[in-house]
Amino acid sequence: MSTSDTGSEAAAGWLAPSERSRPIRVLIAKPGLDGHDRGAKVLARALRDAGFEVIYTGLFQSPEMIATAALQEDVDVVGLSILSGAHLSLFPRIMEALRERGVDDVLVIAGGTIPDEDVPELKRLGVAEVFGPGSSLRSIVEYIRRHAPVRDDIAQ
Amino acid sequence: MRLIDEALAGNQRALARLATHIENDTEIGQQAVAALYARTGRAHIVGITGPPGAGKSTLVNALIGEARADGRRVGVLAIDPTSPLSGGAVLGDRIRMLERHGDEGVFIRSLASRGRRGGLAPAISGLIHLLDAVGFDLIIIETVGVGQEEVDAAAVVHTLVLVQMPRSGDAVQVLKAGVLELADIFVVNKADLGGAEELARELRGMVAMAPSESRWRSPVIVCSAVSGQGIDDVLAAIDDHRRYLTDSGELARRQQSIAAAEVKTLVASAVDRLLRDSSASVAPPVEDVAQRRQTPRAAALEIIRSLALNR
Repeated sequence: MSTSDTGSEAAAGWLAPSERSRPIRVLIAKPGLDGHDRGAKVLARALRDAGFEVIYTGLFQSPEMIATAALQEDVDVVGLSILSGAHLSLFPRIMEALRERGVDDVLVIAGGTIPDEDVPELKRLGVAEVFGPGSSLRSIVEYIRRHAPVRDDIAQ
Repeated sequence: MRLIDEALAGNQRALARLATHIENDTEIGQQAVAALYARTGRAHIVGITGPPGAGKSTLVNALIGEARADGRRVGVLAIDPTSPLSGGAVLGDRIRMLERHGDEGVFIRSLASRGRRGGLAPAISGLIHLLDAVGFDLIIIETVGVGQEEVDAAAVVHTLVLVQMPRSGDAVQVLKAGVLELADIFVVNKADLGGAEELARELRGMVAMAPSESRWRSPVIVCSAVSGQGIDDVLAAIDDHRRYLTDSGELARRQQSIAAAEVKTLVASAVDRLLRDSSASVAPPVEDVAQRRQTPRAAALEIIRSLALNR
């Protein structure tokens, strides 16, 4: 039951699909129980200034909350900041929650106080990159620009 | 289309993907609205507007809980401004709306205003149609009430709720904002702060004095979205207004004016686009205007005539 949408053929071009570019959409979330979101806020601001649309969900997010937000917002990138040291227990649950919801093509990146020796394990879980203390905001912006998934069906 | 079938079956991944297509006005997005439009027209569409910090997102979160308690499915479009400098945005309304993360009956989507050509309205209308078609009973549009945007929001909703908070200036601020005539329901939030009753009294006085052709008298409701106090009254007022619209025949008129607004917006954006794409045909009359051989109005009329003839 589709409603006629084309009108006269000649005029339909006037309302043809847009070819405008779409900003990269990024979810920034703070999983777990540490209450320090200054870094996440600074990053959110930097990503906004780089022209991205940032969905900021704030502190104390469960893996399920993060995955639901990523699903409903249809983001390209999920950025997670963890300062509590619980990354090895939280990331498996977050990646699993994303998979359960079919969110399998987002770029997941991590930031915060994550020891170098834990990075391989996070990458094995599907985290694309880990930005530790001292990472420049510019390097994160550039990384997202280069690696955010491109959707063929939506101009980006 | 597979995405449409999946979204109709309740798949939120497909729904979210379609929302992206509609927001960005892609071919798939246009096809989806065409395929779904006949299914729309059932949902109650409610606008929540008010100044920054009035507690709109917290109120929306509380309303979601109240409406879910009677089994209604709730869709939310939360709109935040885009930075005019970078084109980016920080969309933070979800912070207050995450309580019901596992609930399939709730779908929340953040939208950046993006300073779009033709305005935000086409994207909002398309997303409302999507949520309506897949069966959300209550669709809430949250906008920051500064400038033109709440007037735009008023054009696409059945019920407009204006949220205020005490101690942010007196009721004259509401008068200045110009939404007094548009709001169907006034909410004074943050009752826990004190001063709420005074503001409510002032607002009631203003509503009583406002000239109105309709039988609906906009109620003024005091609540605290944080504590939950009065939220049932807010939802009851929203439902009362829906009932009033239906019983008085006003709903049909509103549906008509919503449809008119949407069609006009599309026509305006088409003309806007056409003007951009055909700068050559616009050039001669504009040159005449610059040389003072023709008035701007005469040149505009000439261009409108030539656009109509060329197509």
